[in-house]
Amino acid sequence: MTYINSDYILETIDMIRVHHLDIRTVTLALSLRDCCDTDVKIVGEKVYNKITKYAKNLVSMAQEIEEEYSIPIINKRISVTPISLVGESCKDYDYVYLAKVLDKAAADVGVNFIGGFGALVEKGCTRGDIALIESIPEALAQTERICSSINVASSKAGINMDAVLKMGKTIKKAAELTADRDGIGAAKLVCFCNVPGDNPFMAGAFHGYGEPECALNVGVSGPGVVRAAIEALPDNTNFGDMANKIKQIAYKITSTGELVGREMAQRMNIPFGIIDLSLAPTPEIGDSVAGIFQAMGLEHAGAHGTTAALAMLNDAVKKGGIMASSHVGGLSGAFIPVSEDAGMIEAATRGCLTFDKLEAMTSVCSVGLDMIAIPGDTPSDTISGIIADEMAIGMINKKTTAVRVIPAPNKKVGDKVVFGGLLGEAPIMPINTLSSSKFVQRGGRIPAPIHSLNN
Amino acid sequence: MLEQQKNKSESKIIITVSGVDRIGIVAKIANILAENKVNIEDIKQSIMQDYFVMFLLGDISQSEKTFKEIKEAILKAGEELQMEIWVQKKQIFDKMHNI
Repeated sequence: MTYINSDYILETIDMIRVHHLDIRTVTLALSLRDCCDTDVKIVGEKVYNKITKYAKNLVSMAQEIEEEYSIPIINKRISVTPISLVGESCKDYDYVYLAKVLDKAAADVGVNFIGGFGALVEKGCTRGDIALIESIPEALAQTERICSSINVASSKAGINMDAVLKMGKTIKKAAELTADRDGIGAAKLVCFCNVPGDNPFMAGAFHGYGEPECALNVGVSGPGVVRAAIEALPDNTNFGDMANKIKQIAYKITSTGELVGREMAQRMNIPFGIIDLSLAPTPEIGDSVAGIFQAMGLEHAGAHGTTAALAMLNDAVKKGGIMASSHVGGLSGAFIPVSEDAGMIEAATRGCLTFDKLEAMTSVCSVGLDMIAIPGDTPSDTISGIIADEMAIGMINKKTTAVRVIPAPNKKVGDKVVFGGLLGEAPIMPINTLSSSKFVQRGGRIPAPIHSLNN
Repeated sequence: MLEQQKNKSESKIIITVSGVDRIGIVAKIANILAENKVNIEDIKQSIMQDYFVMFLLGDISQSEKTFKEIKEAILKAGEELQMEIWVQKKQIFDKMHNI
């Protein structure tokens, strides 16, 4: 029997129109493992042909579905096999060339980002991995759409401190080579611990080893919807009831993502992969995770209590969303990027949200230190120290953590960087200036932790 | 059988019309739907905070037009009537609000 439930209809339209509910990304995940060859030009040709073949309808299909449900699909993207693997078979490595090929393929099919220019090196690097990492700054400077991620640690393998040291230098150089654009190269480069292989969100999206030939992964969003729902609750609502409300909203957001994902996958004739049930903010007013903390009763992000608020939010989002989808994966949870969240930008600019508080928050959020601008004169060893700390949090707590910091060239505390679009803008945040050099230069690996005696 | 049910639910659309009340809103929308062979299965309307709001459940399975063409025709009428109109497949509401 069909009938009209006007309350449901108005609620849905309000979520989309007023509170910025959207599908943040539909990401075509594609294996490029069959594109290997000893000649890098042939690899490039195979890569280009495969991407443009599989993704030719991605954007038009997404637009068709957007139209039918009147729900915006903000980003259409592609994630591929870590390119270190694909390019490693070549006699002469040329990863910058492969980056340019990926960039062109992405442009030709109309997607704004392609992820997977990366490597998994938590236990050690192959020659190809090293060549890829060394090519990252150049590759990011010479392309527009490439995103790069390197997994340098895991709970099973420990932390590859040689890679951490290398990544400190790489991030710094990626920023320097894009100094004319506030160091945007570093905004497209991320280090991970326990990276998931089915994440549809940039900059960390790639197509993992255990994944099928191709799949469609969907990232949902909706911090504004959660904030509005919490604000609508009476002031004296207790935490149990507030968590339940978040779960209900997360269910609604995720089931919408599931509908879109399954429809897209069916029309493209590829398998549906996962829903990443994340609260991903944008710089738009009202679409902020920091705004949720305020709705919960904190004066601003960074106040004592923020870590607890984030822990509850992150957990409730997962609990609510998981029932709405048959396959949940990726980074699922609440993101806390600084430059991409109007509330976080404001809190950081006012000085009430500090780098150290952000680090504490990453122990309970879904990812890590994200889109944080730091002074351009920060030594690369200090960046390695930041990475090592963040990887340690992920390794010990068996969660995904990440670092995406931008050492903004020629900028100091009090200045700001402006990337525009979804990458937003951020104040340069002060960081600890004590030296980490001797520590990070020791080399080797921090051993994997014991998985019992959980104290 | 499942496929049939799916096709059935795919052909249902919800049209939401809102704006300042005036004569001829329902008539105009209904007329466009009739022209496009969209069957009206249910209509609900009310005045909310001085605004006219109408919800219409339609079935486009007999129409020779695509969803997009039907939507464009309805939105064009919305502009002429100076009303805000949303045209969506009903699945989004079913999926979002039902367990």
